[in-house]
Amino acid sequence: MADREERRFAEVSRDSVKLMAESTGVELGDDLAALLAEDVCYRLREATQSSSQFMRHAKRRKLTVEDFNRALRWSNVEAICGYGAQDALPFRSVKEGELFFIEDRDINLVELALATNIPKGCAETMVRVNVSYLDGKGNLEPQGTVPTAVQSLSDDLLKYYQQITRAILGEDPHLMKVALLDLQSNSKIAALLPYFVYVISGVKSVSHDLEQLNRLLHMVKSLVQNPYLYLGSYVRSLVSSVMYCILEPLAASINPLNDHWTLRDYAALLLSHIFWTHGDLVSGLYHQILLSLQKVLSDPVRPLCSHYGAVVGLHALGWKAVERVLFPHLPAYWANLQAVLDDYSVSNAQVKADGHKVYGAILVAVERLLKMKALSLSQPTEGGSSGQPGSVTGAMGYRVSSPGLSPPPEPLSEAALGIASHLQAGGAGCPWEEWTPVPLPAMYCELYSFFGDSLAVRFSTGPGFGSYPPCTPSQLSDARKDPPGPTSNSETTRKMPQLTANLNISPRQDGSPRTDPPPPSLASSSLPRSRSSSSRSGQRSTGLSRDVFPKARFTSSQSGPPVFSFLIGGRQMGRHCQGRRPFQTTFAPTPPLSAIPPRAYAHKLPVIGRVGKPVRRWAYSHYSLHLPL
Amino acid sequence: MAAVQGGLVDASEEKDIKTEPSSDGCGNNDTNDARPLSTSPGSNAPGGNAKTSSGSTEEQQTLLAVLQFLKKNNLTESVEILRREAGLPEDSLDLKGSDSSGASSGGSAGGVDGVGVDASALLSRVTVSSSAGVQAPMKTSGEDQPDVNVVLSAYSQQGDPALYETYYSGLKRFIETVLDCHRAELSQVFYPLFVHMYLELVYNNHENEAKSFFEKFSGDQECYYEEDLRVLSSLTKKEHMRGNETLLDFRTSKFVLRISRDSYQLLKRHLQERQNNQIWNIIQEHLYIDIFDGMPRSKSQIDAMSGSLAGEAKRDANKSKVYYGLLKEPEIELPLDDEDEEAENEEGKPKKKKPKKDSMGSKSKKQDPNAPSQTRIPLPELKDSDKLDKIMYMKEATKRIRLGPETLPSICFYSFLNAYQGLTAVDLTDDSSLIAGGFADSTVRVWCVTPKKLRKVKSAADLNLIDKESDDVLERIMDEKTASESKILYGHSGPVYGISFSPDRNYLLSSSEDGTVRLWSLQTFTCLVGYKGHNYPVWDTQFSPHGYYFVSGGHDRVARLWATDHYQPLRMFAGHLADITCTRFHPNSNYVATGSSDRTIRLWDVLTGNCVRIFTGHKGPIHALAFSPNGKFLASGATDGRVLLWDIGHGLMIGELKGHTDTIYALRFSRDGEILASGSMDNTVRLWDSMKAFDDLETDDFTAATGHIHLQDNSQELLLGTYMSKSTPVIHLHFTRRNLLLAAGAYNP
Repeated sequence: MADREERRFAEVSRDSVKLMAESTGVELGDDLAALLAEDVCYRLREATQSSSQFMRHAKRRKLTVEDFNRALRWSNVEAICGYGAQDALPFRSVKEGELFFIEDRDINLVELALATNIPKGCAETMVRVNVSYLDGKGNLEPQGTVPTAVQSLSDDLLKYYQQITRAILGEDPHLMKVALLDLQSNSKIAALLPYFVYVISGVKSVSHDLEQLNRLLHMVKSLVQNPYLYLGSYVRSLVSSVMYCILEPLAASINPLNDHWTLRDYAALLLSHIFWTHGDLVSGLYHQILLSLQKVLSDPVRPLCSHYGAVVGLHALGWKAVERVLFPHLPAYWANLQAVLDDYSVSNAQVKADGHKVYGAILVAVERLLKMKALSLSQPTEGGSSGQPGSVTGAMGYRVSSPGLSPPPEPLSEAALGIASHLQAGGAGCPWEEWTPVPLPAMYCELYSFFGDSLAVRFSTGPGFGSYPPCTPSQLSDARKDPPGPTSNSETTRKMPQLTANLNISPRQDGSPRTDPPPPSLASSSLPRSRSSSSRSGQRSTGLSRDVFPKARFTSSQSGPPVFSFLIGGRQMGRHCQGRRPFQTTFAPTPPLSAIPPRAYAHKLPVIGRVGKPVRRWAYSHYSLHLPL
Repeated sequence: MAAVQGGLVDASEEKDIKTEPSSDGCGNNDTNDARPLSTSPGSNAPGGNAKTSSGSTEEQQTLLAVLQFLKKNNLTESVEILRREAGLPEDSLDLKGSDSSGASSGGSAGGVDGVGVDASALLSRVTVSSSAGVQAPMKTSGEDQPDVNVVLSAYSQQGDPALYETYYSGLKRFIETVLDCHRAELSQVFYPLFVHMYLELVYNNHENEAKSFFEKFSGDQECYYEEDLRVLSSLTKKEHMRGNETLLDFRTSKFVLRISRDSYQLLKRHLQERQNNQIWNIIQEHLYIDIFDGMPRSKSQIDAMSGSLAGEAKRDANKSKVYYGLLKEPEIELPLDDEDEEAENEEGKPKKKKPKKDSMGSKSKKQDPNAPSQTRIPLPELKDSDKLDKIMYMKEATKRIRLGPETLPSICFYSFLNAYQGLTAVDLTDDSSLIAGGFADSTVRVWCVTPKKLRKVKSAADLNLIDKESDDVLERIMDEKTASESKILYGHSGPVYGISFSPDRNYLLSSSEDGTVRLWSLQTFTCLVGYKGHNYPVWDTQFSPHGYYFVSGGHDRVARLWATDHYQPLRMFAGHLADITCTRFHPNSNYVATGSSDRTIRLWDVLTGNCVRIFTGHKGPIHALAFSPNGKFLASGATDGRVLLWDIGHGLMIGELKGHTDTIYALRFSRDGEILASGSMDNTVRLWDSMKAFDDLETDDFTAATGHIHLQDNSQELLLGTYMSKSTPVIHLHFTRRNLLLAAGAYNP
């Protein structure tokens, strides 16, 4: 046996020969069987060898059944039929008998014959030329990528394309839904991708028609969500279409009755979704997008709705984007916004309303920034032992919860990492180089100077939702600036529904910092980000963050991440109805704990009231948040 | 497949082919044998007759076998004479014949095959007994037996099978202890000796001894023989040897070794001292030792040249003169000044271009001393359209980019998309206007690469209607309705393995597994001729650079030269020991190069049909050949991923280009020969500095008597670039007239 192994040949054993003989009713002696077996082996090898010649000349690496049959034919042996299938044959074994066989399933011919899904012929063979290397240098385009546009469209595909586009852009909402659903799950539309992308790029021509814009965005979403589509370079085109919806002063927005805000929100959501799910494809775009958002934001000539788009766009790109772009811009921008908001003239009413929208958007963005920053700061304090497992379960929780939710599947934590790392990488090589993270307290102070109580209110709502249950009363009382009280709490609940559209991103963001590199410790906040564990332990001892920031308190929660995933579920509903109820119901598991923080805030409320900005502004923000989204 | 190989279907034709390898193998080698090359079985009859004197039953059988052989070759008169002389009854032969054909199953071919094999078995038995009786090892090989290859294939049973291992290890020990300078040379003996000893054991039914012998010593063999060893190891029964072509070849042809005189003397002395007759006999019978005077070769020198199925080429095999120079181009007036008029003429009235043979003295170079005379091979007259094309060519040539290590060519890749039916061959016309693909589904597809569409000529009835006097008659004969980007040619009944455009772009050749070569018209897009000569798959075919002639080669190990207007081949080039995998015409059309699975390249003279060069050195089947534009050099690529460069005039290997990791399927020199491009299964195109490779040669090396050259390993210096394709094996390369490199392959997602 040993020598047989050394030769690496498939052998037909004597017993096999005998079995085969018996199956045809011939009794063979041992000697005869042995001789036959040996001869069979030899003939097999011979045939294999000559069949390999056919393979070589067909310029293939894979030996096919056809090659073998040709070899047999040329040796005057009958070819073997029935094994020409392209896919590999399953080779099964029966354990008891050490018997191996090829599974031969019954095929229902009737079903096959009457099947309606008649296989389409494969596309026509064609020759396409591309310049692979110019002057022996550089690969202009990786050769061999079948340019999908080049593939000729079969009639069926063309029909499909027409039907789908007609359905999506047509009148019948039900039909549209079906079409979108199919677009989302059809695995055979790769060839149509460029056409769809082209259709979507038509957003620029329908900027007067919110409905159409919306439908096109839905189309983007469906394409993005289709797991069988590789978007490749088309993702750029999609992103630019989405960006158009976010940023451009659409013709539709001239009429105040048009709710272009929702469109922008939705587009921003889509943008963030693209970034979460196709991070690898768009990572190169990240900076470009940030820059264009920044440009819009710093351009005072642009209408407020564009600014609004820029803010929600930044918000969609994550709190780091907000921190880097929006936050540094805020002082400059604030002056403009303030002017708008302070103008009470009737002619300005519409603009002022827009201004409030922007104000609200900024508020939401910076609040999450604060929250996330605090979270990321406090994360290391949770330490090596408990922090890591928590993040793991958090990530798991997301994954589990994601598939069931319809519009945007929740981002995976890897995606968060991808962006975060890109931020760092990008920061190294561009004008942002000099950017140093503003320490959280300073940031908070600055923001507070802008937003005053309205900020504080939002700030405290987090725990109010009960997402961060185990906060100790002692910590709460220690907190210097703990703002909210019962009134503010009620305020929150009242405002909640209006804000949900923006807020919806924040909960999902919550998970990401856990996988982020550890943020700088507060104690050494002027230092660049440090990953060393020593800084973490150092931070733990300082306790400064807790003194300055009540936020640290809720982030110390270890059961946080799973709760976030609940939050998402609640948010989905919250988008359409009054958000509060779903939130409350979803967090039923932790009602006793959730009850605590509001009460704690309640004590602090008066203090905040005194420190804060004039009541008038508070009222404005209050007012602004009442605008229907 | 091998079993069928033995089947001589077309007796009168195949006979010559089959005996050719053997005569090449033994007839030439035996210095004392003055037999003419064309072996006529009739002339050997006396040899057979000599044996009739003793009247034992074995002799009787021998006679029968000889008779059968003669009969098989339709030498009826000889049969008559022999039978009369031997006094055999008339029916004895027929009886025997029908017996054997009945016993062998499987078709008509098998029937004939059976006779042959039966005869061989008989004859070999005779040889065994006769040589056992007379202890004269030289006798069997020295004599001309009737069925030469069969008789030589016999292994005389001598010695104790148990002692084979002792013999072999004894020799091994000896060679290991000789001086270093001789060891490498003497080590060459191992492989052929090993194979022959093993076969001898198998042949004499010492199965177990053979097995143990194989296991003990197979590990010692050079790694490049692995393929053959694998074949060998699967062979453990005498019966298996019958149908195995590879082994038949190995036995019938002599393995050629080149050994310096000193080393040879050492070996000879050792074997004679030891009375090691067994080994000595094998060396005498089955090895051809080409002795040279001078320094023994080094290991690397030997390794560079060995690897083929039958050892190295004999030195005198490469001695004959080869006219590798180019033919003088016919003088054609080149109207450089008036391009517009030229363009107009191209389509409209070609008659205006009258050749002025000796008008311009500018280009009249002296005849290249190495070039064959202009009329050595009758070449077709240039048609007017050919002259126009030549003018176009020259014009394009003036715009050609001069390539070099600094200016590499741009590469365009022709990807065959959706080629699920399996792309097996590609060719481009010289002017790069058409591309054709051969497919495994038996189709040939032609595409037009330029915006011009492919059109058929109108039907005969429609052609009658057109005005034949009109200026644009050539345009009028085309049927506009049939214009399309591609055309499919149906006709083959097996994968199309080789494809070639005629230089004038009017014809297309395709060779297929079905054993035919087909000629297609690119005017009507129909099949004009099916050339049936090969009875087995035809792996490759190529048009001569001057058109009219073409060469084909395939599984039957014979390359055939055809003319398009002859349905039978004009020449048959036999000598390869395994399939001919690729064929190429020399730029002067006087020679044909063939690459083979026996890992040799042969160069054949079209005029005489002789093999004028044998190049050994590849370690795998050769799948690509390319002549340099000046005709001096040949490049070859094989499954071993190496490109070897050969000097045709001197018959020597001059370079080795290592880099590819898989079979090389395409080789092409740039138009001026500065760059060699190679394309491979490994999805890369590599560019090599052929200018440097050729310039670095020191021609003095060639004049040395030994003819051995030192190859420096400078592949990396010569490699100018590696260009990846994306999952697209490169199976064809082509330089346009302006030196743009075109590559082609099927995208394999």
